[in-house]
Amino acid sequence: MTTATPLLEIRNATKVYGGGFLQSGSRVVALQNFSMTIPEKPAVITTIAGESGSGKTTLANAILGFINLTAGQIFYRGQDITTLTGQDATNYRREVQAVFQDPYEVYNPFYRVKHIYDMVIAHLDLGYTKSQAREVIEQSLRVVGLRGEEVLEKYPHQLSGGQRQRVMVARAYMMNPKLIIADEPVSAVDASLRAMILDVMLKLRDDLGVSFLYITHDLSTAYQIGDDIFVLYQGSIAERGRTVDVIERPHHPYVQMLINSVPVPDPAVKWGAVLEGVADESLRATVESGCRFYPRCPSRMDRCLQAMPPLYAVDGHEQQAACYLYHK
Amino acid sequence: MIAQPASNFVRASQANREVVLDVRNLRIHYETPKGDVIAVNGISFQVYKGEIVGLVGESGCGKTTAAMGILQLVPSPGRILAGEILINGLDMLGLTGEELRERRWRELSLIPQGAMNSLNPVMRVRDQIGDAIITHEGQQPKDKLKARILELFALVGLPPRVYDLYPHELSGGMKQRACIAMAIALSPPVIIADEPTSALDVVVQRVVAQTLLDVKERLGVSMIMIGHDMGLQAQMVDRIIVMYAGNIVEVTPVFPAFHNPLHPYTQLLISSIPSIRERKPLKITTGLTHDLRNPPPGCSFQLRCPHVMDICKKTQPAMIEREPEHRVACYLYGKEEAKG
Repeated sequence: MTTATPLLEIRNATKVYGGGFLQSGSRVVALQNFSMTIPEKPAVITTIAGESGSGKTTLANAILGFINLTAGQIFYRGQDITTLTGQDATNYRREVQAVFQDPYEVYNPFYRVKHIYDMVIAHLDLGYTKSQAREVIEQSLRVVGLRGEEVLEKYPHQLSGGQRQRVMVARAYMMNPKLIIADEPVSAVDASLRAMILDVMLKLRDDLGVSFLYITHDLSTAYQIGDDIFVLYQGSIAERGRTVDVIERPHHPYVQMLINSVPVPDPAVKWGAVLEGVADESLRATVESGCRFYPRCPSRMDRCLQAMPPLYAVDGHEQQAACYLYHK
Repeated sequence: MIAQPASNFVRASQANREVVLDVRNLRIHYETPKGDVIAVNGISFQVYKGEIVGLVGESGCGKTTAAMGILQLVPSPGRILAGEILINGLDMLGLTGEELRERRWRELSLIPQGAMNSLNPVMRVRDQIGDAIITHEGQQPKDKLKARILELFALVGLPPRVYDLYPHELSGGMKQRACIAMAIALSPPVIIADEPTSALDVVVQRVVAQTLLDVKERLGVSMIMIGHDMGLQAQMVDRIIVMYAGNIVEVTPVFPAFHNPLHPYTQLLISSIPSIRERKPLKITTGLTHDLRNPPPGCSFQLRCPHVMDICKKTQPAMIEREPEHRVACYLYGKEEAKG
């Protein structure tokens, strides 16, 4: 499309756990050959979806710099994030923020909520006066629909789950970030509060140009707010494309199975036929080469075992599926 | 598409009227230095033979406490202050410790939330299931016990080789099925399932859900299924009990729960479910639940209710039956004598 430098680019990211010389044989490939880009403009919500063990949190940790990749690179505005130093590194830390899954565990219960903000302001050395700092905090709280006097002087246990998570979004927002890595931000929040947090994400994207990497196992919320989606299966991309295309017309057999298994919140629409072929869970992860989904795949072929299928273009806009069914 | 499942629902709700579990006026408080947290505020409900009842509500509404209360496993500082729990007419709360030990698991069993953490890691699966059987029925011949355990495995779709395995050798779905096998080992009339599939991936969740439905169908047991995944509730349960802040606000068959919810909280709950079938604007709600230590007089949902009236702030609305089997506690549907 455009030749402008993307905000974030991931090239062939691979992460292998284990396999050191004392533990030979127990290698786990958590992420394999993963590539994606997030454009500088417009801001988008990119969903990384997958089951547990699909590598989605590994990806988030790599982007945030918590772990080093075994192979591949992550570029932020054209610079490899492992080579960032000094001011660039600080900028990266400021512009790429994180919101985590459990709003109960990210707080230190002994400090008032205000402490979180004070700490951030002190660490990033933004040079605010006390009243400026307060104004900045108030403003970010307003973005998520909270008021300073409501939350700042309270202790974490006095806030509801939804409030806690919004406080964390406000904290991320206060840094004026370009990208927020949201790792399952709503899965620990009740249904009635979930919408509020998702709405804050949409507002940040549309009004303030903040992009999101929305990491989730919940395809329903991804469908409601996501722009692009990558569905991972055991570390590699099964299918990617526009969220609407992938969820309404999935091509990869795994993604089809996944979408069919989401329970429909309507007793009038019953689950389809009984799933076959998944009963033998022992076959999971036994495939050394070839397609990882082979043991569970209803349309497996002999060639699937020979080599890992590349991404083939399928009919949606920039939609691709890693399956030999679409080999032309 | 709509008409056919509607008839299913009528069949499911009218098939069996025999009450297996009768909970009356159950009240559970958590004692804290600043006063009691009223976790379960005198709730009453019944479970019929062979049905699955969903117990839903947001976290902190008391659904898990209520279920643990039925099992008499409320963790300290929680205490059952009042109520009756009748299983086939026998009051479980009136039993002595020894009598309760004998009957628990035989009358009432539990499928716990995180199967990963509820099996003993140093005991083979067969020994854990065998343990439950031997404790209640005494020592029995080894081959007879083995046949029985293998039969249980077959019932929940576990391959026979699991007989020799340790929990860490099983996948998450298999562990959850092992827990189901353990729960049905003594054929109790009532099983409580606390979010039985919440730790599992969607595809595995579906397989385990099918196993549960299958087991219910074959053994004719009744289940209480606690959960917040409304999709799963829609697919699995026959009736739904909606709790809010320690009170039951609505009891309804599953079809009207989704298509004609009466209580404003149920309406909110249903309308805020994200759907994978239809992209729709997000529904935002405001307001907070009151402090559970000091409930305001009147309806527990008054602070968040879009239809709140004066009377809602004075007395708690009583349960009224709007439709057959569909009861709601809300003044929007008429005023009856407030309870208690």
